Amino acid sequence: MGSVDLQSVTKTYGATRALDEVTLTIAEGEFFGLLGPSGCGKTTLLRAIAGFVTPDSGRILMDGQPVERVPVNRRDIGLMFQNYALFPHLNVRENLGFGLSVRHRPKAEIAARVEELLRLVRLEGFGERKPRELSGGQQQRVALARALATNPRVLLLDEPLGALDKNLREEMQIELKQIQRELGITTIFVTHDQEEALTLSDRIAIMRAGRVEQIGAPRAIYERPATVFAANFLGAANLFTGMVEAREGGLTRVRLEDGSLVTTRDEAAPGRQVTLAVRPEKMQVAAPGEGPNRLSGTVSHEVFTGTAVILRMDFQGRAISVFAQNDGGPLPRAGEALTAAFDPANAVILTDPAG
Amino acid sequence: MTTTAARNRAILWLAGPAYLWLLATVLLPLAAMLYFSFLTVSPLSGTPEFTLAHYRTFFTQEVYLVNAGRSMMLGLHVTLLCLAFGYPAAWVLARVIKNRWREAMLLLVVLPFWSNGLVRTFSWTMVLTDYGLIGRALHAVWPGAPSIEIMNSYPAILVGLTHAYLPYVVLTCYVSLQGINPSLTEAARSLGASWGQVFLRVILPLSLPGIIAGAMLTFVPVMGSFMEPRILGGTQAIMLGTLIENQFTAAFNWPLGAALGFVMLGAVFLLMALFWPLIRRHVQGVAA
Repeated sequence: MGSVDLQSVTKTYGATRALDEVTLTIAEGEFFGLLGPSGCGKTTLLRAIAGFVTPDSGRILMDGQPVERVPVNRRDIGLMFQNYALFPHLNVRENLGFGLSVRHRPKAEIAARVEELLRLVRLEGFGERKPRELSGGQQQRVALARALATNPRVLLLDEPLGALDKNLREEMQIELKQIQRELGITTIFVTHDQEEALTLSDRIAIMRAGRVEQIGAPRAIYERPATVFAANFLGAANLFTGMVEAREGGLTRVRLEDGSLVTTRDEAAPGRQVTLAVRPEKMQVAAPGEGPNRLSGTVSHEVFTGTAVILRMDFQGRAISVFAQNDGGPLPRAGEALTAAFDPANAVILTDPAG
Repeated sequence: MTTTAARNRAILWLAGPAYLWLLATVLLPLAAMLYFSFLTVSPLSGTPEFTLAHYRTFFTQEVYLVNAGRSMMLGLHVTLLCLAFGYPAAWVLARVIKNRWREAMLLLVVLPFWSNGLVRTFSWTMVLTDYGLIGRALHAVWPGAPSIEIMNSYPAILVGLTHAYLPYVVLTCYVSLQGINPSLTEAARSLGASWGQVFLRVILPLSLPGIIAGAMLTFVPVMGSFMEPRILGGTQAIMLGTLIENQFTAAFNWPLGAALGFVMLGAVFLLMALFWPLIRRHVQGVAA
């Protein structure tokens, strides 16, 4: 119960394509994150799954059944809003019981389910309170419990933790993940916060301008970004452009524009123009010298973060960052020479050219 | 200390003039009227003595009780009509129409406020008859058309008063409907509610303060109205409001007119007291 299939879903508003041929399959019980900057179409996609947005073309299937023509109230979904949208005139108990009440379930059944939900989100004793008498975190839990009340086949969360402050957000991330695991409910959530996406999701779809840029497990996308956008949006990336010279000994040799030589395990045909991405923490401060995968320059400035020092250096006209662990050893300062090195396994060839 | 004193001075200067004005123009004359209502004759026209006779008149003479009942029914009917027309219009204004169009539509709603009430009422006399502009045009285009002649009848009073008080209901309902977070509707839909259930369980209870405010702003003055019944009502014109008016303008029995006015005020307070628990319960939950 609870698989969602999107096939070439397209939605245009005037000249803008909010959704452009989106194809996705979300498995039963999966915790799926839609990640992207504002305006990328992630919220429109969530609203299309919920039924508030009717696609111009394409199909939306739930458990294999097309639902494009099923109205919102019959889609059997649970939806949690960023602003929670709790009914201000109803108390917590009535808010939680709303879904069952409009389905005309017997009073005893509703009361029992509400008790169960209050326990699930640890709000026993708060049943008689009005929403405005609750803290932000408590309102968030009521909103989650209300969305779960009818045992929907899919739970949709719109920026679920966006309105909470940092500490509470981290606490709620753990709680949300725990509840989702416990119930095994298919969950699709929208976020612009990469950390939230990495922490919560089983899989992530990175969206950009109405299209799905890359889909995969958080770790897989982080380690092997497919595009410049994906590499930059999920974490930071140093980008290098150059020409493939040869492939030998399991390594692809790339001559960068300034003449320096780097190697990667990724494959590419000789003569091809490529863009390479290397994560800042995969670059180490190395002894000065020549050789492949050694890039030399001058530190333009340094950012001290406590556990690490981020060294910025100009290379090929782009700023690159080196994440140096603060292990007590000497580190180059601004204005000093820096040589950074990386392992060929950590250089990823992207599918599109760097802008 | 000084800041508190300065604050109090500011409050006095800001609110003082308005309250002084109200005191001078409303409360003092009202107090005078209350005093008159217990006198045998107006102090302006004789030597008055204390009496309860005028209040006794209201409760013993059938004409007053019957017409008080008619006035209440009129208030009820006009209020219901205003809500029936005004609430859906307010909904459209609050939720369907956007930006500049909304401003233009709101302006159209407020327009009756800016026209003179007497002119507005008299203009209805030319509409509600077969011999007016609309009636003639209708019969010219469609000779067999049914008569639209409702001048000098109870329905004509309803038309005139509904027109006059519709803006209040539209505006109060508009304000409360506009204050409802649109995601509440979506939340209710996602929880399985049909459109009817969304309305009955979310929209209606949350807009009740606006409905109640609009109803009170309509019911009370309509109950005391005399201009519209007199101009449009014909033989149906007699209401408590016109009886009161008569005492002041025709019979020159100010004490009786004043007494009737205060009986009506008392009736309004009584109604409010009866409905207060209901009003308070709903307004409490919503004002968050």
